[in-house]
Parts: sequence; C-alpha cells; structure tokens
Amino acid sequence: MSLRSSARALPTLLRIGAYEAIAYRGEMIVWMLATTMPLVMLALWVAVAQDAPVGRYGQPQFVAYFLATFVVRQLTGAWVFYTMNFEIRDGTLSMRLLRPVHPLLAYTAEGIASMPLRIVVSIPVAVLSLVVVGSTAVTHDLGLWALWAVSIAGAWLISLFVNFVVGCTAFFAESSMKFMDAWLVFYFVLSGYLVPIDLFPPGLRAIVDWLPFRYQIGFPGEIMTGALSLQQAAAMLARQWMWVLIGAAATSVLWRRGVRQFAAYGG
Amino acid sequence: MIRVRELRKHYQVHERAPGVGAAFRSLFHRTYKTVAAVDGIALDIAAGERVGFLGPNGAGKTTTLKVLSGLLHPTSGEVRVDGHEPRRREDAFLRKIMLVLGQKQQLLWDLPPSDTFELNRAVYDVPQVEYAETMRELSELLELGDLVKKPTRTLSLGERMKCELAAALVHRPRVLFLDEPTIGLDVSMQATVRDFIERYNKRYDATILLTSHYMEDVQRLCPRVIVIDKGKLVHDGPLEELVAKIRPDKRVSLRFSRPVDRGDLAAFGTVVRHDAGESVLDVHKDQVNGVLSRALATLPVSDLTVENPPLEEVMSELFARGRDPR
Repeated sequence: MSLRSSARALPTLLRIGAYEAIAYRGEMIVWMLATTMPLVMLALWVAVAQDAPVGRYGQPQFVAYFLATFVVRQLTGAWVFYTMNFEIRDGTLSMRLLRPVHPLLAYTAEGIASMPLRIVVSIPVAVLSLVVVGSTAVTHDLGLWALWAVSIAGAWLISLFVNFVVGCTAFFAESSMKFMDAWLVFYFVLSGYLVPIDLFPPGLRAIVDWLPFRYQIGFPGEIMTGALSLQQAAAMLARQWMWVLIGAAATSVLWRRGVRQFAAYGG
Repeated sequence: MIRVRELRKHYQVHERAPGVGAAFRSLFHRTYKTVAAVDGIALDIAAGERVGFLGPNGAGKTTTLKVLSGLLHPTSGEVRVDGHEPRRREDAFLRKIMLVLGQKQQLLWDLPPSDTFELNRAVYDVPQVEYAETMRELSELLELGDLVKKPTRTLSLGERMKCELAAALVHRPRVLFLDEPTIGLDVSMQATVRDFIERYNKRYDATILLTSHYMEDVQRLCPRVIVIDKGKLVHDGPLEELVAKIRPDKRVSLRFSRPVDRGDLAAFGTVVRHDAGESVLDVHKDQVNGVLSRALATLPVSDLTVENPPLEEVMSELFARGRDPR
C-alpha cells in the first residue's frame, strides 16, 4: 500500500473517525472517567502530605503533578488493541486488508480522530490546575514546553505501538486481552501514574528510567510541572524516543508475521 | 482474467480428544493434522463471465475466494487475477477487485452507510464526479433512497446487504467475488440483489464469481458453474451439462381430468408424487417424447409440464456421491 494513496485518504479517515468518536460519545465519556485515577491519587497524596511534604512534594506539588498526569493521560491514550483483538479474532480484519490503505494507518487515524473530544476534557483540568495551585503549577520555561510537546508525541506513540504489539498477539494467541492486562500492571506501578517516580527508591528509579512506562505518563508530567531541568528533559527525551523506535520495530515485525499467519490460517 | 493452476491450500489444525485429561495434556503437547481445504484445482475465467461456485459446506469455496482476493496465501500453485498475484495485495490489484462476504460486513456499524461510501471513495481515490455518478447509479439500481442516511445498526438484514453491495462497488471493481450475497434475505430481496448483480455485470463487464446455497441465485445468474467438493474440482461447465450428467431425467407433471391409479403410472417413469388429480414423474430425457405420446393416448391428461429436476436435488445427489462424476 503506497504512502501517497494512504496520505490522500488520511483527511477522510480522520473525519470518519471523528464521526465515530462522536457516535460513541457515551462510551468515550465513560472511558475518560475511567482515566481519572490521577485525580483519586491526587486526593490521596494531598492527604498524606497534609502535615509534612513527601520528598520534594508538598500538597501544591502533588496537585500540580497529578493534574498534569491527568492531562497527559487524556492526550496520549490509545486503546486500539481492543479493536484489533476483536477484528483479528472475528475475521473482520479481512475487510481492512482488502482496502488499499494500511490497516495500521486506519487504526491510527481512528485513534487521532478521538483526540479533539479528549482535549475538550483536558483543557478545563489544565485551567483548574492553574487556578488551584497558581502559576507555579506549570513550568515557565519555553524550551521545556517545546520538549513537552515532543514528549507528548513520544508518549502517544509508545502507547500506540504498545497497543499494536499487544493487538498483534491476537494473531498468535487466542486473545490479546491478557497480554494487555499484564502490561497494565507494570504500567500503573512504574509509569508515575499512581506514585511520582521521584518517590521511588533510587535503585528502582534507575531501572525505571530505562523502561518505557515512565515515558508514557510521568515524564511529560514532570516536564510540564517543571520538575526537570532542560538538560535532564532532553536526555530523557532521547530515551523516550528510543522506546518509540523499539515500538515501531516490534510493531513492524509482529504485524508482518501476524498477517502472514492470518493469511495462512484464514479469518 | 482469472487463471488458477494446481491451487492447494492446506491448514494445520490442532486436534484434541475430549476430556479434562486431554485438555491438560494439550498444554504441553499438541497434535496437529493437515487439512486440504483446496486440493489442486485449476480454472480459467474470462473477463465479464458470471460463474457460480458451488459445493457443500467445507468444500473449499470461501477458501478459494479468499485466495483469489489475496486474503489467504496459497500453500502451492499459481494464481493470477488480471495479471496480478493476489497474495501480494498490490494497490493496483486491490483497486480492481472486491470480495463481499455475506456474513461479514464493512459498513461502519454506528454510522450511516453514506459515511462508509465516503470512506471508500477516499481510500480508493475515486474522483468526486465519478463517485457522484456511481452513487447515483447504485442508489437507483439498489433502490437505496434514504437508507444511506440511517445508522447501519438500525437497518434490516436486506437493507444492510444492499448497502454492503453499494459500499463494495464504490470503486467499480472489475472483478467481484461474492460469497453468499443473498444469505438470510427474504425472497423479494434475493431477487433484487440477483437482478442488481446481473445488471452490474452487464454495465461494467465485470467478472463475477459467486458462491451461494440458494440454487435460484445460480440458475438466474450463472451460465457456467464450477463445483468443488473436498477441495477438488468436480465439474466446470454449463449448468445444464451438470444437470444432464447427474440427473439425466426430466420431471414430468401430469394433471388429470379424472382420477388415475398410481399403478397405471409405473410404466411411464419413476413416480415422485401422486394424488388422484395430479402426478409427478421422473422420466429419462431420451424417453420423454415417447412417454408423453403414450400418456396422452392412454391417460386422461388435461395439462402437462416438462422441466429439469430441481437444482437442489441435483446438487444433493452430486454431493452425496462424494466422488468425481466425470
């Protein structure tokens, strides 16, 4: 499938994807509510920090951090593996394979198309963050904001490729759901979603720095709240994009093998 | 247009005996068996032909259609569709073909069919003018009307199939693989779909390969039929030829002006059905003229018809034989 024909079809794929996102607005809102865990953690950690700060986190820092992770989560969420898992098992993937547009591009477009609805939810939270904590809630460094934008793209791509890789397991296993469950266990603990990575013991933090999870949530949140210097952020951004490349490579290998398998056994 | 030589498609299927013990053992040691879904078929189909692809369940029809449309890789053999090797799924190939699976859908479930049409227009890069013309034609031929504006999930099965066909034809494919396109539809909707397929074939000189369990579809649409059974080709030729080969009888229906005993009919042929006023006999095609003359001379015949036996019966007999009738 040529890139040119895929690129030509992209605006329509995005538009139809947005129609679908709107059609599933109820489901989308429930999904967004399900991603409010940072707000729960916010309440919990604010209570913990009532008498004394935890590490470098006082109450305002916890509020800023968890509102930042909430925004990051909304902007970088990808759940395409559900669709992939269903379509591979059900054989509906055949209908996508018959079209001269790469199915992964179509899945990506559907994911991007749901973004505007999520941004609508994220903006009030970002504003709330500023109102509650004041202007110190977010960094004032324009360089960090530039890196933040790149880190959001990187975080989204890691999530997308994780979804693709896990979705591809449906080609080889009965279902990919359990693989995602297993991934999410590590993701929740090691991404900074529940506990800021700063509060991890140094030994564990050194390991987490080389794993992909932090770069999906915690890292962009830390840039946003000014917890990292420009130099630290740039170095971590390189690690984040290393994981983007690893995700892309793994997706490419698994997709090719998977489609061959699908083609070998039918759908 | 389509050329297939020595096509084979074999699957490795996991086998497990019933019971908890066998289920547990299969965790550590799995046994597989090779199943030949398609076992060395060869066929040629010219541009613009309408060909019926028949066979019992599990004969290999859908597998063959999926190989021809590039969804399955053949185990061995040569497959060419308009000069393309389907398994490569090149853009140019995908723009020429479409596979419609009666039991799978491409319509977006919660959006109106018009959105799927628009998506396909973009994906197949159909110019707006051509798209508008195609949609006007399809809408008229399939009597789509306002259906295209309602969410797909609210449409009846027949309405959905009409919209499925329209979605499949937005890019005017030259080769159309139809797998059970009328399955589950009522008689009137079946007729509409059949009529549409015929008109599309004539309008665009499209090549059509169709599988169906409804013999009416095949009789109406397909001058030529290919029959496969257990992955092997057992017939390729005109439908009449197949019928004559399997059931060389004609079905003679006689209506009487007064009651006739069943025993009086035995000399004319095999009695299929009999009541006092009407009888149905199977008579060898070479003896029909003689039998009719004698019946008219000796029985109180008020009306008669002669036709081929129902295709369903012919196919049942063919598949029951379970061997090559050639």
